This record gives sequence, C-alpha cells and structure tokens, in this order.
Amino acid sequence: MHFTLCDMLSDLTQNAVEAGSTVIRVSLRETDRDLSVTIEDNGKGMTPDELKRATDPFYSDGKKHPGRRVGLGIPFLIQTAESTGGTWKISSSKGETEAEGGKRRGTVVEARFDLTNIDTPPVGDVTGYFRHVLTFDGRYEMIISRSLEKKSHTVEYTVRRSELLETLGLESEGTFTDVNSLALLGQYLESMEE
Amino acid sequence: MAKMSLEDLRKLRENTQQQIKKRDMEGKQIQIIVGMGTCGIAAGAKVTLDAFVKELDAKGMGGDAIIRQTGCMGLCQNEPTVEIVMKDMPSIIYGRVDAKVAKEIVEKHILKRELLNEQILDRPAGDILKK
Repeated sequence: MHFTLCDMLSDLTQNAVEAGSTVIRVSLRETDRDLSVTIEDNGKGMTPDELKRATDPFYSDGKKHPGRRVGLGIPFLIQTAESTGGTWKISSSKGETEAEGGKRRGTVVEARFDLTNIDTPPVGDVTGYFRHVLTFDGRYEMIISRSLEKKSHTVEYTVRRSELLETLGLESEGTFTDVNSLALLGQYLESMEE
Repeated sequence: MAKMSLEDLRKLRENTQQQIKKRDMEGKQIQIIVGMGTCGIAAGAKVTLDAFVKELDAKGMGGDAIIRQTGCMGLCQNEPTVEIVMKDMPSIIYGRVDAKVAKEIVEKHILKRELLNEQILDRPAGDILKK
C-alpha cells in the first residue's frame, strides 16, 4: 500500500483525468475518526467486466504502457481499505460519448478510512495532493470540496480548476506548468487549510 | 497565514509577473519533467516536485522554468526520476532524486550547466519506449 492516503488518492484521481473526463469532482471529508472521499468523473467509464479486471493487480489494459503487466491504482485502494477497517465502492458506466452513456457515463470511486485504526496510513499532504491533481496537462474542470471537522480545527472550502487558471492568467494555456504558478497555487491551497 | 482570497492570489501573481518581465528572457524555458506514476509517488516524487518548486521560486526563477508531470518511465527501482530539458544541454534523466538532489540539480545542472554524474540514468526502460 502507499505510504499515505493522499498518495493513494493522487493515483486514483489521475485515473479520472486519464479517462478523458471533462469534469471531475473530488470530495474529501475528514473528522477525528474518519476520512471519506469521493472521486467522480465523466470519463470513458468501464464495463462490469473491465471494472472487475481493474481490481486485479496483475492486469493493465496495456494502453498506457505497452508490455506492462501490472496496474496497481485500484488494487492499492482495495488492499488499504480492506486491511484497515475501511470501505470502498466503485461504480462505472461506459459510453463512447456522454449521450450514449446518458447522464451516468463515467466512474465514481468512494472510500472511507478509519483513522482510529492503527494500520490506516497517515492522511498525508492534503494540499500537495490537491495541487498534484489540479495541475495535470490537458483541459478538464476539477471541483474539489474539502471539509475538516476536528475538535481543534474546522475547515471548509471548494476550489475550481477553471477559477484558479483564470486567476493566475492561464486560461488560454489551460495548464499550470510554470513554477511561479505552482508555487502560488501551493501557497493558496495551504492558506485555505488555516 | 490567513485564508487567501482569489483576489489576493491574482495580485500576487501580477506582482511576480511584473518582476519576471523586467528580466532578460534569453535562455528561458527550462523543462523539469517529474515521473509521477504509482512508483514515483510511492518513492516520494511529490516531495521532489515540491523541492523544485521551492528552490526555483526562492532563486526567483519561477518564471523561467516549467514543471511537467509524467507517468512511469519504467525505471521504478530508481524513482523518483526527473528529466531536465534545457537549451545547450543534453536532455538528462536523473534517478533517485530526493529533495537534496533536486536542490543540487538546480544549483549544478540548471545554473552552472554541470552534470550530476552519479545520478544519471541511461534512458527509459525498453518496454516503455514506443516501438
């Protein structure tokens, strides 16, 4: 399994971007007791058969890396959830276009982790995770809703990729690759956790 | 640090861009490509990426460099891997780039144009290169 939950979530959210999604919604809700996450995309989706195979670590569709024989994103989620008292659920609907698959085209990954279980990995770097998944190449909208309700500290905010691009003057480029924008984005996200 | 508004973020960006524009733009565009596949992330590639951002930003080079993320280059045993592409230098893939090595890459490879011989990898693994 990954060293932190956020590392694992980076991997899973990357899948959503690579599925050709135009809109991805990430929700991360954290309390003293648990962390619940939903990653919802409108990408190409999977058939029940493809979904079943994606849970097998020794399966990869071979499109990303021809010749590669492993695919660890979803297996890591299952391993982590099942060995630490968490839960996971993936539902997916296939369609070449949004119209064919109807409104439900895409994939929804939901998981809940028990933060009181000694075997659960630490949550990790939440803002680093957000910055990572907001800054992939390509044009897509990502809406991240974050809430933290701890006894000591409460946080609630939503960020939209399109708004951040516009604010940083990058709407025509569509990506955040220059170092200055990455630094400012990091600073902004960190301030939202205050 | 108090919560920033989008307006605060916009102002910060405008200020730094004005500073960047004042400088000579010759030799700009240093590309730093960080392997952020499952293996890269597991080996600490996010820390590496953050180190590059902080180091370049601290040196006021935030407008001269771009950072891209890529997937696994098939060199999982040497993650985090980073490729540096810049003018008048060969494109080099470095392996085992932690925060300390990232800082050295900025200081030596990018600023002094010297290679870090100990960290150089040959090229992506055979099964990753397109046939």
